Amino acid sequence: MSEQFEPVIVGFTCNWCSYRAADTAGTARVKYAPNVRLIRLMCSGRLDPTFVMKALAGGADGVLITGCHPGDCHYIDQNYKALRRFLLLRRTFTGLGIEPGRIKLIWASAAEGMRLAHEITQFVEEIRTLGPLNWPKWNEQPIEVEALDEAVKETA
Amino acid sequence: MSDKPKFAMYWAASCGGCEIAVLNIHEKILDVDANFDVVFWPVAMDAKYKDVEEMEDGSILLTLFNGSMRNQENEKIAHLLRRKSKILVSFGSCATEGCIPGLANLFPVSEIFDVAYHTASTDNPDNIHPVPSFEVPEGTLTIPIMNPTVKTLAQVVDVDYFMPGCPPESHQIAAVVDLVIQVLQGKAQLPPKGSVIGAGQSTVCDECPRTRNVKLIKAFHRIQEVAPLDPALCILEQGVPCNGPATRSGCMARCPQAGAQCIGCYGPAEGVVDYGARLITAFASIIDAREPAEIESILDGIPDPTGQFYRFNLADSLLRAGRSNWDKDGH
Amino acid sequence: MTQLNRITIDPITRLEGHGKIDIFLDGNGDVANSYFQIPELRGFERFCVGRPVEEMPLLTNRICGVCPEAHHMAAAKAADAVYNVDPPRTAKLLRELLYMGFYATDHTTHFYALGGPDFIMGPDSPVAERNILGVIHKVGLEIGGKVIQMRKYGHTVVEMIGGRKVHPATSIPGGITKILSEEERKQIEEMGRWAIDFALFSLQAFKDIVLANKTYLDLILGDIYTHHTYYMGMVDANNKVNFYDGKVRVVDPDGKEFVKYAPKDYLEHIAEHVEPWTYLKFPYLKKVGWKGFIDGRDSGVYMATPLSRLNASDGMATPKAQEAYEEFYSTLGGKPVHQRLATHWARLIELLYAAEHWVELATDPEITSSNVHRVPTQTPTEGVGIVEAPRGTLTHHYTTDERGLLTKVNLIVGTTNNYAPIQMSTNKAARNLIKGGKATEGLLNMVEMAFRVYDPCFGCATHSLPGQMPLELTIHNQDGEITEVLKQFVD
Repeated sequence: MSEQFEPVIVGFTCNWCSYRAADTAGTARVKYAPNVRLIRLMCSGRLDPTFVMKALAGGADGVLITGCHPGDCHYIDQNYKALRRFLLLRRTFTGLGIEPGRIKLIWASAAEGMRLAHEITQFVEEIRTLGPLNWPKWNEQPIEVEALDEAVKETA
Repeated sequence: MSDKPKFAMYWAASCGGCEIAVLNIHEKILDVDANFDVVFWPVAMDAKYKDVEEMEDGSILLTLFNGSMRNQENEKIAHLLRRKSKILVSFGSCATEGCIPGLANLFPVSEIFDVAYHTASTDNPDNIHPVPSFEVPEGTLTIPIMNPTVKTLAQVVDVDYFMPGCPPESHQIAAVVDLVIQVLQGKAQLPPKGSVIGAGQSTVCDECPRTRNVKLIKAFHRIQEVAPLDPALCILEQGVPCNGPATRSGCMARCPQAGAQCIGCYGPAEGVVDYGARLITAFASIIDAREPAEIESILDGIPDPTGQFYRFNLADSLLRAGRSNWDKDGH
Repeated sequence: MTQLNRITIDPITRLEGHGKIDIFLDGNGDVANSYFQIPELRGFERFCVGRPVEEMPLLTNRICGVCPEAHHMAAAKAADAVYNVDPPRTAKLLRELLYMGFYATDHTTHFYALGGPDFIMGPDSPVAERNILGVIHKVGLEIGGKVIQMRKYGHTVVEMIGGRKVHPATSIPGGITKILSEEERKQIEEMGRWAIDFALFSLQAFKDIVLANKTYLDLILGDIYTHHTYYMGMVDANNKVNFYDGKVRVVDPDGKEFVKYAPKDYLEHIAEHVEPWTYLKFPYLKKVGWKGFIDGRDSGVYMATPLSRLNASDGMATPKAQEAYEEFYSTLGGKPVHQRLATHWARLIELLYAAEHWVELATDPEITSSNVHRVPTQTPTEGVGIVEAPRGTLTHHYTTDERGLLTKVNLIVGTTNNYAPIQMSTNKAARNLIKGGKATEGLLNMVEMAFRVYDPCFGCATHSLPGQMPLELTIHNQDGEITEVLKQFVD
C-alpha cells in the first residue's frame, strides 16, 4: 500500500489575531492537521510575496496566510495590503502553473480558534487533493555542471 | 609580441545588443584598444575557439561575457572562458538574469520546437525537427543540445562582477572602461568580487524626473488606451504599469523620459531578493480599493502579470521557471 | 561509410550570431559538400504567446540587438494591424525617421568594418589587415573618425525618437509616445545633411578603391560568387525602394515581376523548409516550390538583400541615390545583377537614400506636431507587419485574443530569407576554391566572404582602429612613483 502524501504547508500568521487563534485552539486541545508549520509575523501586512515564493521553491506544497478581519487589523489597515498582494500573487502564480488553490488567505480573530483549526484541516485536504508540488531545488544540481567541466577539459 | 593585458568579449545566447552598446562608447573604444590586446571577439575579429583553447589558463585579464546559457555550447564556452580569464564579468541582462529569452522557461523546450517548426508559414509534412546529431552522406553533422531551462552565467560558473542592463547603457560601459584603465594604472581599486558594476544602488524612480505624488490607483491601463501620457507626471500614477519601483538605477530613466513605461531591463534594485515579488508589493500598495471584487477588477488591467513581473528576470527568480517547463506530469 | 576529410570553420566571425561551416573533402581533396549550420534557437515564437501585443515592439527588439529598430517597426505595424488602427501621419514620420537614422548607421558599420574589409582589402589578404585597420590604411586614417561619427549620429537619432540607442521603446499600437521638439529636429536635420556627404564620400571611396582595381572588379563580376535566383524587396506605390512601408515585390532571375503582395497576403507566397541539421529554416517561394539548394527560375529560392531590393525595384525615391542606382546598373551591364559581391555597392546606394530621406523627413512640416497617437477602438484580432530590415524583408504576424494577448506568433526574420542563398554561396565558393586538399587560411576566408556579403545581421565599428596610434602609458604605484613607461609608435 502506498504512503499517503502528507502535504508540507507553511503558514504565515499575524501576531494579534490569527496567531492567538492558533494558540486558543492549542490550549483548548482542538485537534487540527499537523502539516502546517506556523511562522509568526507581527501583521499580515508584513507578508512579502518573497516569503511565499521561497516557501514553495523550498519544498512546500501550499502556503496559508492568516490575518485579522478587515477593519480589525491591529495596525489599522495593513491587512488590506495583504489582501491586494495575495490577489496579485495568485494571478501571477497561475501564469507560472501553480494552481490558485495552493495559496490561501484566511481572516480569523483571536477568539476563532476552533474555526481556524477547521480551516487549516480543510486546507491540508485541499492540498492533498492537488498533490505534491515538488518544485525543483535548482541550486542543488551540481552534477550536470561537473560533467560539462570534465567534457571541456577533455576537448581542450 | 604585445604585452598589453588581454581582453575578450563573447556572446552566448545573445542578441548582439551588448556588443553594439560597447561600440556605442564611440571614441572611447580607442582607449580599450590602446590598453588591451583583444584576443577573442567573434563579432569583430577572426580568432576561433581553438585559439582560445590554446591560451594559457588565466591569461586573459578581462572577459566580458554576455548572453545566457541556452544550450550546451554556451555552457562549454562559459567554462572555457572562465578557465582562461582572470576576471569574468557577467555582462548584460541575458548573462545576469536570463533576460527576455528567459521567458522560454515558462514552457517545456519541446514546445519551442513544436511551434518553431510548425508555424503558419512552415511546410513540414514529415514533422522534421533539428536533431543534435545527423548523418549526411559525407559524415555526421552536429548542433548543440538545448538545455531544458535557460540559465544565467553565475548559475554555471563562478562570476567576478555583474553588469546589468539590456543592454548596459553606453555611458555606464564607458565609466567601467575608465575604471578598469585606472586600475591598470594603479590609480584605483577593483570593487569587491561579486559586486554589481556599471549601475546604481537605488531604483529607476530615483533617476526619473517625473513628479511623484501619493498614488491611489483606481484602474490600470494599457498604454495604447491612454497615450500620449502627461509628460510631467509619474507613469505609474497615471495607471500604466511601470516597473521603475523595483528596477535598478543606472540607465537615467531614458524610457520614461521618452514617454514609455520602464519595463525593467536593469534587473532588481539593490537588496531585492525576488524582482517579481517586489513589484507585486509595489503595485498592490497603490491600489485604492478594499473589496476583493473591486481589487480583482482593477487587477484585470494587468492582463499578463507573469510577463509584467518576470519579463527579464525569470531565469534568476526564486522559482526560475514555470511549472510546465519541468513538471513531467504535464501540469 | 568512410569519414571524408573535413574542415570545420567554428565559429564564423564578423557577423551577428553563431554559425559554423562544415566542408567535406573527397579522396582527391576536392569539396564533396559543405553545410552552413545555425546552432542557435531561443523560441520567441513560443514564449511571446500570452504577452500583450503592445509589448511586442519591446520584446522582439531582443531578437537582435544590431537591428532591434527593424523588429520594433515590424512589430509596431503588426500591432497597428491587429487593432486595425491607422496611426497619425506624424507618428509614421517619426517612426520612419528613426528608421533612416538606424539604416545609415547599420549599413556604414557593415561596409567599413564587417564585410567591407574582405572586399576592400582583397580576397586573401592577411588576417591582420582584414579588418577596419586595413581599410584605414587604404582610405586614410580620418575615415575611422568619420565611421565613428556616422554611427554616433545614427544612434543619436534612434535615441532621440526611440528613447534609447539600443532597443527603442516608444512605438505602441496607434502611434508613438514621443513628441519631437524643434531643437531636436534641428539637430537631426544637421546630422542628416552630414550623413548625405558621408554617403557620397563612401560611394566615391568604393569607386576609387574597388571599381578602379581590375582584380577586384574581376572578382565582383566573376562566377564564384554569382547565383541566379529570385529577388525580393519592399517598394512604394511607384515601385521605388522603401524600407518602412509598401508592398513586397519579387522579380524572377530575368528581372520580370513575379509577384507583388501586401503584407496580409504573405502566407500565400512564402513557405519555410526544415532540415534536421540546423536550427534555422529555409524560406522559399510557395508558388515555385522547394527544389533544394539550386539556382534558377524553377527553384523557389529567393534572396532579400540590398542587391535584391535594387533588383526588385524600378529605382530609388531620392535624387542622388537614383543617380547612383543608374550608374550601378550601367556599370554592371543592366538589371538584374546576379553577382553577389555587388551587394556591397548596393548597400552604399541604400546608405545614400537613407541619408537623403532622413533629411526629407526631418524637414517635413508635421514632424514636430503633437498629434502622435490615435487610441485604438476596435477589438484586436490578427495582423501582419512587414518592413525591410537592412539584411532582408522582415515579417511579423500576430494573432491575439479579444484582450490583445498573443495566441500565435510567426516571424520570418531578414537573414532567414537568405539562408538558402547563404548555404548555396558558401557551398559554391568552397567547391571552386578548395581543390586538391589545399585549404589555406586565405582560401577559407574567401569561403567566409561568401556569407559576409549578405550582412548576416551584425555590424561592428572597430576593433583595431588605432593600430598605429602613438601612445605612451605611464604606470604609477600607490606612492605615486613611476614604475613603468610603455610606449608604442613613440620615439
